[in-house]
Amino acid sequence: MHIGVPRETRARETRVAATPATVEKLVGLGYDVVVESGAGAASSFPDDAYAAAGARVGTAEEAWGADVVLRVNAPAVEELPRLRDGATLIGLLSPAFNPELVEALAQRPITALAMDAVPRISRAQSMDVLSSMANIAGYRAVVEAAHVFGRFFTGQVTAAGKVPPAKVLVAGAGVAGLAAIGAASSLGAIVRATDVRPEVAEQVRSLGGEYVAVPAGEQEASADGYAREMGEDFNRRAAEMYAEQAGDVDIIITTALIPGKPAPRLITEEMVASMRSGSVIVDMAAAQGGNVTGSVPDEVVVTDNGVSIIGYTDLPARLPAQASQLYGTNLVNLLKLLTPEKDGRLVLDLEDVVQRSITVVHEGEKTWPPPPVQVSAAPAPAAAPPAAKEPAPPPEPPRPGRRFALVGVGAAVLFLVTALSPDELIQHLTVFALAVVIGFYVIGHVHHALHTPLMSVTNAISGIIVVGALLQIGHDDAVVTALAFVAILLASINVFGGFAVTRRMLAMFTRGPGQKGAAR
Amino acid sequence: MTATSAAAAAYVVAGLLFILSLAGLSKHETAKTGNAYGMAGMAVALLATIGLAADHGISGTGAALLVVAVVIGAAIGIWRARVVEMTGMPELIALLHSFVGLAAVLVGWNGYLSVEADLDAQTEVSSDLIGIHSAEVVIGVFIGAVTFTGSIVAFLKLSARIKSNPLMLPGRNRLNLGALALFAVLTVVFVVEPNLLVLSVVTVLALALGWHLVASIGGGDMPVVVSMLNSYSGWAAAASGFLLGNDLLIITGALVGSSGAYLSYIMCKAMNRSFLSVIAGGFGNEGSAASSDVDYGEHTEISAEETAELLRDAKSVVITPGYGMAVAQAQGAVADLTRRLTERGVEVRFGIHPVAGRLPGHMNVLLAEAKVPYDVVLEMDEINDDLAETSVVLVIGANDTVNPAAAEDPGSPIAGMPVLRVWEAERVVVFKRSMNTGYAGVQNPLFFRENSRMLFGDARERVEDILRAL
Repeated sequence: MHIGVPRETRARETRVAATPATVEKLVGLGYDVVVESGAGAASSFPDDAYAAAGARVGTAEEAWGADVVLRVNAPAVEELPRLRDGATLIGLLSPAFNPELVEALAQRPITALAMDAVPRISRAQSMDVLSSMANIAGYRAVVEAAHVFGRFFTGQVTAAGKVPPAKVLVAGAGVAGLAAIGAASSLGAIVRATDVRPEVAEQVRSLGGEYVAVPAGEQEASADGYAREMGEDFNRRAAEMYAEQAGDVDIIITTALIPGKPAPRLITEEMVASMRSGSVIVDMAAAQGGNVTGSVPDEVVVTDNGVSIIGYTDLPARLPAQASQLYGTNLVNLLKLLTPEKDGRLVLDLEDVVQRSITVVHEGEKTWPPPPVQVSAAPAPAAAPPAAKEPAPPPEPPRPGRRFALVGVGAAVLFLVTALSPDELIQHLTVFALAVVIGFYVIGHVHHALHTPLMSVTNAISGIIVVGALLQIGHDDAVVTALAFVAILLASINVFGGFAVTRRMLAMFTRGPGQKGAAR
Repeated sequence: MTATSAAAAAYVVAGLLFILSLAGLSKHETAKTGNAYGMAGMAVALLATIGLAADHGISGTGAALLVVAVVIGAAIGIWRARVVEMTGMPELIALLHSFVGLAAVLVGWNGYLSVEADLDAQTEVSSDLIGIHSAEVVIGVFIGAVTFTGSIVAFLKLSARIKSNPLMLPGRNRLNLGALALFAVLTVVFVVEPNLLVLSVVTVLALALGWHLVASIGGGDMPVVVSMLNSYSGWAAAASGFLLGNDLLIITGALVGSSGAYLSYIMCKAMNRSFLSVIAGGFGNEGSAASSDVDYGEHTEISAEETAELLRDAKSVVITPGYGMAVAQAQGAVADLTRRLTERGVEVRFGIHPVAGRLPGHMNVLLAEAKVPYDVVLEMDEINDDLAETSVVLVIGANDTVNPAAAEDPGSPIAGMPVLRVWEAERVVVFKRSMNTGYAGVQNPLFFRENSRMLFGDARERVEDILRAL
């Protein structure tokens, strides 16, 4: 089958749906690839590079007329007639926000797959475009901020004086937020991050950021504390925290989005006014209404007090080569799934949850919205009946009563056995019982690393059985002597071998500083 | 002071030295002293016993044979101890256990031959004690024989001379219980009327039982088995002590037996296994029909160069080795990697699962051999909480001990077993020969996590590749 990669037509779009590197992989899957001339120019991929990777460079008509058309953005409704009947269109279709487009697609006998509808399950991670683009956007947000910010990110002590490090606040620690934290902290800034989900604190710290929690509210005394009021209380405390941070930091990057709703307003006009002149705010949610009062989509606004508010909505496209490469790889991973035989034939399996979720239109039939996907970490497939065993309850510690009973029974048995034994045996039993207890306690706190040496030394010690054999040798009976001879031989191997090997092992255990001495 | 009282006094001294030896072995600082105490105790015991034998009027031939046997045994023992590879340690220890077991069997037979079968020469044991003596013979022979064949099977499994899959006979628990019941009956018969036939039957029965007990345990559970056999060998020595009326044997046997049992108990807890089912044999076999049809998604591969890249940028690295490291003999290369990274300022530590390898503490011995300082080698509980803040975790030849299913999937056969939570780290690189499952036969969802990367191939070669790339 043919794959067509047309040039993107949306204004300011610099990405392309395939790069020379991904073309090679598509060809490897058995497809013939046609790339529209100049499709990769904005991402710095010249036509020659595509040709060298095994693609044919053709006209727009050829690319649009292929069996499978790969796009970054959804085509405009006017572009749809360029698709041939039976074609498959793959791109960021945003079906949830584009009902007209979905209707228009369903008018044609074609199949449309939305890359941005990939379910967030671990198997589909490799196709998750939203994550890969958010990652780029977070990085680029820092770069944009650094570009506008008039000072260093990192602190330095130079001959010309001391430079304090920049302080960056990242609001929202999703994929984009985490990427921003990583990028800013590797530039040397002091990075703080906040998120309503306290569990992300760990991830923030792992990237070198400092997690700023919304302070816990004082115990509400009023009995009529409704849940909504608590929510308001939370928002008030969050706002206080943001106000406090705004006065302190140089750069704020906001990434807060709520699915299907306008972006929450985090940074108010007063907070912006409280920032120092020269500070920078990047509002990554500008397209969804903005987290910051006064942000304008796709523009840089400079406030009266000299704070720049960046509202770019095309952050991934500002890193075109990288974004194309990651998006292209996401596409390759999807096509790998759709081409099970690697024979260049696209097979759509609507039983598969990933493939079903992204299918917006199937052969002219509208299949949007798909059934909801279980995103839970532990998917329960139609398992065999006896599966899903009840988790074994942790063994209960025996109740004190039962324990006393056990000890009592044991003591009674021991008492009877001993009392009924002849004197000589009683003495042996006494020794035996005490030795058992000592053996138990003496190794009670053995260091885990010494288990092997301990075992080999106890093994050597149990070679003490040699004593028994020694006393039996020299008996008149030849058989007894022969058996005792063998026993002595075996036990001696044990005794000497056991101690020698323990010595050898223990000699190897060294402590850190001593090791340097040994290396000399 | 007679020779007998001198020997008894020497035995007390030897017994105390053995206790000091075990106590010393619990800590790094005192471990070498502990070993020295053990050797001293053994020397005292041997000298005292030889003195006692001489006092009893040992014949010239007997004395000569005694010396020859000790010398040959010592030569073989020291030779083996010198040449053994540290990775071959589990096999050696299992083999040594079998020697103790066999020696106990021989001593027991001798006890029968020199007392019950030789009624004219009954000087040592008074006639009213003969029944007890007979019982001691049977018990000693029984424990010794179980230890002997059990250790042999463990040795064969560990050295891969036989398959390590558990042997699944129908009704294996009933077989074991039946053998025990039969043993009890035979003991009574032997006490009433000691004869060679019954003793032979007991010996064969015990040999078969020992074989079956260990054969029905899978290779992955070998650390517990080895330590359990260690305990059995102690009980065998103690039984011989009762037989011969020798307190030193009783003390030492009981020490080894109970400390070995406690060690096994610690390990059972670490694996979330029932202690009883270990002693009974054939544990860890339930739920072997793992739900292998679950789709875990795809794993992502990584090259040695990319791994080197990751390590170069890492702040902290934790290495969790497993049996695979021992198989590939990768400990030297891993130690080099540790040194190289430490010089670069990367914090490198090791996280050791209690049952990693085929012997308790197996990994520690290998790392010590490769001169990894022991204070960066941490135990599972010490490192588990730090894993979330670790940049890169290298899983070298470990599988079940890092399986998230144990913590997250209640239906998994290894559910509830404490594991190293490596998946919480930022990146996990898994060194593995293939996508096969580990000893428990359970698929490992770790490999399919989004922060996991697979590095396929021989662990040592891959680590050396990383070293070159660094």
